[in-house]
Order: sequence, then structure tokens, then C-alpha cells
Amino acid sequence: MENQWFTISVYSENSVGLLNRISGIFLKRHINIESLNVSKSEIEEVSKFTIVVYTTQDWVRKIVQQIEKQIEVIKAFYHTDDETIYQESALFKIASNLLFDERQIQNIIKESHAQIVTVARDFFVLAKTGRRFEIDEMYEKLEPFGILQFVRSGRITVSKAKMPITELLEEFHLNN
Amino acid sequence: METLKAEKKEKKTKKQLRISGAEAVIHCLLEEGVDLIFGYPGGAIMPVYDELYKFQDKLTHILTRHEQGATHSAQGYARISGRVGVAIATSGPGATNLVTGLADAQIDSTPMVCITGQVPRHLLGSDAFQETDIVGISTPVTKWNYQVTKAEEIPTVLAKAFYIAKSGRPGPVLIDITKNAQFDELDFSYEKCTGVRSYVPEPSPDVKEIEKAAELINNAKKPYIVWGQGVILGEAEKELQDLIEKTGIPAAWTIMGESAIDSDHPLNVGMVGMHGNYGPNVLTNECDLLLAIGMRFDDRVTGNLDTYAKQAKIVHFEIDPAEINKNVKVDVAVLGNAKETLKLLLPKVNKNSHDQWKAEFDKKYEEEFSTVIKNDLHPTKPGLTMGEVIEQINLASEQKAAIVTDVGQHQMVACRYAKFKQSKSNITSGGLGTMGFALPAAIGAKMGAPDREVVAVIGDGGYQMTIQELGVIFQHKLPVKIVVLNNDFLGMVRQWQQLFFEKRYASTELVNPDFVKIAEGYHIQSKRVSKREELQGAVEEMIRSKEPYFLEVVVEKEDNVFPMIPSGASVSDIRLK
Ligand SMILES: Cc1ncc(C[n+]2csc(CCOP(=O)(O)OP(=O)(O)O)c2C)c(N)n1
Repeated sequence: MENQWFTISVYSENSVGLLNRISGIFLKRHINIESLNVSKSEIEEVSKFTIVVYTTQDWVRKIVQQIEKQIEVIKAFYHTDDETIYQESALFKIASNLLFDERQIQNIIKESHAQIVTVARDFFVLAKTGRRFEIDEMYEKLEPFGILQFVRSGRITVSKAKMPITELLEEFHLNN
Repeated sequence: METLKAEKKEKKTKKQLRISGAEAVIHCLLEEGVDLIFGYPGGAIMPVYDELYKFQDKLTHILTRHEQGATHSAQGYARISGRVGVAIATSGPGATNLVTGLADAQIDSTPMVCITGQVPRHLLGSDAFQETDIVGISTPVTKWNYQVTKAEEIPTVLAKAFYIAKSGRPGPVLIDITKNAQFDELDFSYEKCTGVRSYVPEPSPDVKEIEKAAELINNAKKPYIVWGQGVILGEAEKELQDLIEKTGIPAAWTIMGESAIDSDHPLNVGMVGMHGNYGPNVLTNECDLLLAIGMRFDDRVTGNLDTYAKQAKIVHFEIDPAEINKNVKVDVAVLGNAKETLKLLLPKVNKNSHDQWKAEFDKKYEEEFSTVIKNDLHPTKPGLTMGEVIEQINLASEQKAAIVTDVGQHQMVACRYAKFKQSKSNITSGGLGTMGFALPAAIGAKMGAPDREVVAVIGDGGYQMTIQELGVIFQHKLPVKIVVLNNDFLGMVRQWQQLFFEKRYASTELVNPDFVKIAEGYHIQSKRVSKREELQGAVEEMIRSKEPYFLEVVVEKEDNVFPMIPSGASVSDIRLK
């Protein structure tokens, strides 16, 4: 089986130790977390973890089974990139002189629809939001000129399919 | 006037319910029906111990001689009784000493609640005296854990702890309680936990899957059942027996499933796995349908997965969805509690018999008998074998004893040859293989089932890992029977060194103390035997004894346990010698 990108979405109670529990599942299997984002979700008091991994379908399935088994996890899913709408953001810090000396840079900024966040005497900062490969492309283009700092955010995703969390919670309340 | 009185009364009862967190812990335990706990005191848990002192008429605390002993005793108690075992310890080293037992209970799905003291909240994270992050440390080895820092959390958190430990696939829960939460007061009221919204303990069975399973069973020519501890945990022994008898399917067990069905049942064909029986292993690769019931395809059971039951359709009856397709890809997965799913399955299967297929197991048994079993149970060489000791225990106890084993050769021999008539009788550390498990687990088992004969069978190595628990047996005059099979070696490791490391016996020869004298030091009746003619009498005397009894049996030093699936080999390549 081939490695591919998967996004794991975990709906959970907002509890302190859970991140430790979840990261342990990856640790045990030597699977690297490529990106991690934790935020509130559309449901009150429910948190959402968005975890990106590059692995096989078999592994991601087993990992999701283990995640879902944790007491405070309500439901966990995994999706391929095609099955989600996702975004990542990145910031590039670049020396200011390049903006004037290297005309090519201005073209890159235009073509990639990046935003100039700030321009200071010594450096300027570009922000780019988009798909993973778009940010990678921009990085590759800028790299030859020298990037002072680069940072990429965790991925945020919504799935194309429905996520029946509210229904699950309602069902619990009906039965208890 | 009347109303004023009533009001006053109400105030009074309310006032009575205003209690410290430490006292609340005791009330929670009592509410959960706990009357026995195992533990060891220390600074951060002293407020709870102070309450234990006040409540000693309702709640017995057994002072083990090491916190690891407390966990294994709680496990033994849980395994024999089906109830939640409770262990309690102080912060820091007390808490870290629980880790082995937690890991053991986690991998063997044993319901256990551990309570630890913790430094006061304001000192958390300051590297205070005896502060350790036990919640962090125990996360991978607990089903759930939680740190309580406020007294008012105690009732709900403990209620949840017991619910989670016992429900679904059971497991250990650790609750860490800061000292301030033990001292502070709360308005106590208790409500049992009946559900946690993010947790589905038992998936509800899918009738369609059960029908698929029934169809496979009804069409199979060589069906074969392998059951595990799920049958015992789900109390599905009768349902399994009904299924076996109606369908005539030969059935084998993993060591965690042993004793669920009478050892002498004609369709009970024995043990699977590394040192299991010959037929059950070899025929795994000849059946056309494998029904796995409440077992998890552990690597000690399957050997090489690439050559495991590839020819067969596989149906997996399992409570834990995370076990499905984890190690072995299955054709049908029947999720749910085994008792419920087997009950639903039973009316859908045809009455049948598979005499010819069963005869293949019998034939393989004959082969195993003549090359292995005969020499184990009826040896002609002078040295005693472990097998004949187990056989004598079977005879003297009329197969009624619960056998608690440690880890090593004696464990495999005991699991192979011990015979049982009653479920929950084989208590062993299966998944973790924890040496030192047996002595404290036997203590817990005896306390969990005082009317049962409990015999601990231990190697001379593992015995010395928790030997200090003899103190508990002595103090409480607990009639546990202890059999040490002394080969003066870490036998199982020595066996591997002999077979796979050209007899380089690196650090496996033991220089042992006088075990009888040690037992005598604890005023435990004791005996050593080394000759065949002494064995039967000694075992009978031990079983007859109403008191604790220690029996050391000097066995052959370099015997090996066979059959054996060398690690990484296929179940069909199991070696008879
Ligand atoms: C705590 C622990 N340490 C190490 C081992 C590895 N180990 C497995 S069996 C064994 C030898 C056990 O020797 P003994 O208790 O004398 O029993 P025997 O095999 O001789 O019956 C060892 C060291 C283990 N299972 N548990």
C-alpha cells in the first residue's frame, strides 16, 4: 500500500490530557504528525483536532480506530485530500532589499496571490493561504532568493460529507 | 414550630454531608460496593488513610509490601470475582510503582481503579517533594485517567472511574487526587455513572453480520472456534458451550480464555499459541472457517501473520471495534458483547456434528501425547517435571482449584496441563508477561473468592520479584497455596538460549536462597520435595491444609517446554521437539 496524505478529524470533549493520549497513539507506531490543529468546533463544548499524516490507508484506519477508542473522543474520521475542503497558511519573512533588487519576487507575489503583511526596513512578510502544494510551490520559488523565516500553520478542514456529531450526542442524551 | 424543627433537621443532615474530599473517597468506594482495597500509604495520600482508619469496619485495607503487589492483588481479585479491583498509593514513587500493574491490567483488560495521592495543587509543576506526573506517565497504560484538584470533583470522577473500568472492554483507570482536594470539604452526594457521552462501551450487534456468520457456519466443512478472555469477561461461557454443542465445532482457547469451558469437554481441543497444543495450532491452517470469539489475534497466538489461517474464512466476534482487522483481516466482524452476540447467533445455526474433522484433532493429540505429553506427565527419568506437579495438583484438588501462574516455563506448563471445571479459574499475566504477578495476584484471588482453593504456581525467578508479599499471607493467615517450581534457572530464557543462542546461558542461572527457610521466617508451613515418591503426598498435604502452605518442588534443571512455535514461524511449523 502506498503512502498518501490523510486528514484525521477528531471530535472530542475539551479535556486536558487528551492531546497527550492522542499523540501517544502516533508515537507508538512511529507515525509522524505532519500538522496539528486544535480548535473549538461547531458544537458547544466540543473540540476538534485536525491532524495531517502521510501514511498508508491501512495505518490511518488503525490509528483512527485507536483514537476513537479513547474515552473522551466522540468520533474520529479520516479523509483523503479529495474528500475535504482544506486550507493551510504560511508566513514567509524575506529581506527587504530583495523586493527591489529581484524583480522576479514581485512576480511570484502576484502569481501566488500572496499578501504582503508588513514591510519594514530590513524585511517584509508574505502571507499565503491555500492548499498544501500551493504553499510548497511558493516556497520552492522563493527559496533560491533566501527565506529568513518560514512557518506553516496546521491544516484546517471541513469534510464534504456530513459529520453526524450532533446526532450522536443527541442519541446519547435520549438514551440516558 | 414544626417547620422550624424540620428545617433544623434538614440543616443537620445537610451538615453531615459536608465532608472532606478524603472522606468522600471512602464514601464513593462504599457506594460502589467496594469492601476491600489494596495499598500502601505515604505523605500525599495520608488524609485518605486517616479516613480508612475511621471506616475500617466497612472497608478493609490490605497493606501490601510493595505498590506493585497492590496492583497485582487488585487484578487477582478482579479476575476471579469479575468485580473491580482497587489499589491505592501515595504520590511519586508510590504512584510509579503502580505502572507495571496498570500496564498488565490494560493489556489483559482487567477492571481496576487505582487511586494516587498527589502534591497540593499549588505545588503542581514545581518539582515538589514526591511530585511525579503520574497522569502523564500512566496515559498509555490506562483506559482512562484523571487528576482531581478540587474536592467537589471527587464523587463524579470516581463514579466515572468505576463505570469506565468495568464497562465494555474493561481496563484500568487511575485517579490522581491532589492533597488539597483530600483536605478540602464538599457537599457530598453520590450518583452512579451510567454513561459517558463520548464513550460507547458496547457496540450494539448488527443482525446482518450475525446472519452472515451463521451462514458461514452452516456451510462450513471444517469449522474451528478459538475463544479468548472476551468470553469470560462477557460471562458468555454458557452461550459458547451451547454454540459448540449445537454445531459440533471443535473449540480451542488462548491462555486468557482458559477455563471458560470445562477442560474435559469433548469438543474442547486445547490451547493455541506458542506453547499450545499441536492440533489446535496446526489445524488453524487447515480449517475452512475460523470463528474467533473474544480474542485479539495476539502474536503469541498467531505466529507469522502471513501464513495464519490464509485458507479460511474468518469471523471475529469482538466487543472492541479497534481490534477488527488490526492484526488479521476478517471476512465478517460481529461487534458486541459476546454473550449477546452468541445468544443471537445460536438460533440461526444448524444442529450439526463434525466427527471426522474432530478426529483430526484427536489424531494430532495422539502424536503430541506420545512425543511430549507422556514424558511431561508420566516421566521415566529420575528428575521431576513441571508437568507432573501440575497433574498432582489437578488430582489433589479434583480440578476445582483456581491456578494463578507467574511467567515462564511453569506458566506454559500450568496452562497446558491444569484442568478446570469452573470459569475464571486460570489467572495469569497473558499479554504483558509480568514476572512477579502470581504471588500478589493469588492473594487478591483468595480474597476475592475465599471459598475457592487458590494455588499459585511460580518459578524460582519470578517468585523473588514479589516475594515480599509473603508478609500479607502471613499477617492475614491467608490460606493461599504456593508452589515454586525450582529449576535454579530463569527457565524460559534459558530455553531460548539453548535453542536459539547455542546454549550461551547469559545470566540465567540463579543462585537461590533457602526458600523453605524464608517461608518459615513468615511462619508459613513449608516443605521441599525433590523425589517422585514424595510429590503426591506433599501436594495432597498442601491441598488439605487449611492454612497457607509453601511447597518447593525441585524440578529438572534443563527441561524445555514443547510444542513450540519459534517466534516468527507459522502455526503449522510448530515443533514437537
Ligand atoms: C518482569 C519481567 N522481567 C523479565 C521477563 C523475561 N522473562 C520471561 S520468562 C523469564 C524467566 C522466568 O524464570 P522463572 O521465574 O524461574 O520461571 P521458569 O521459566 O523457570 O519456569 C524471564 C526472565 C519477564 N517476563 N518479566
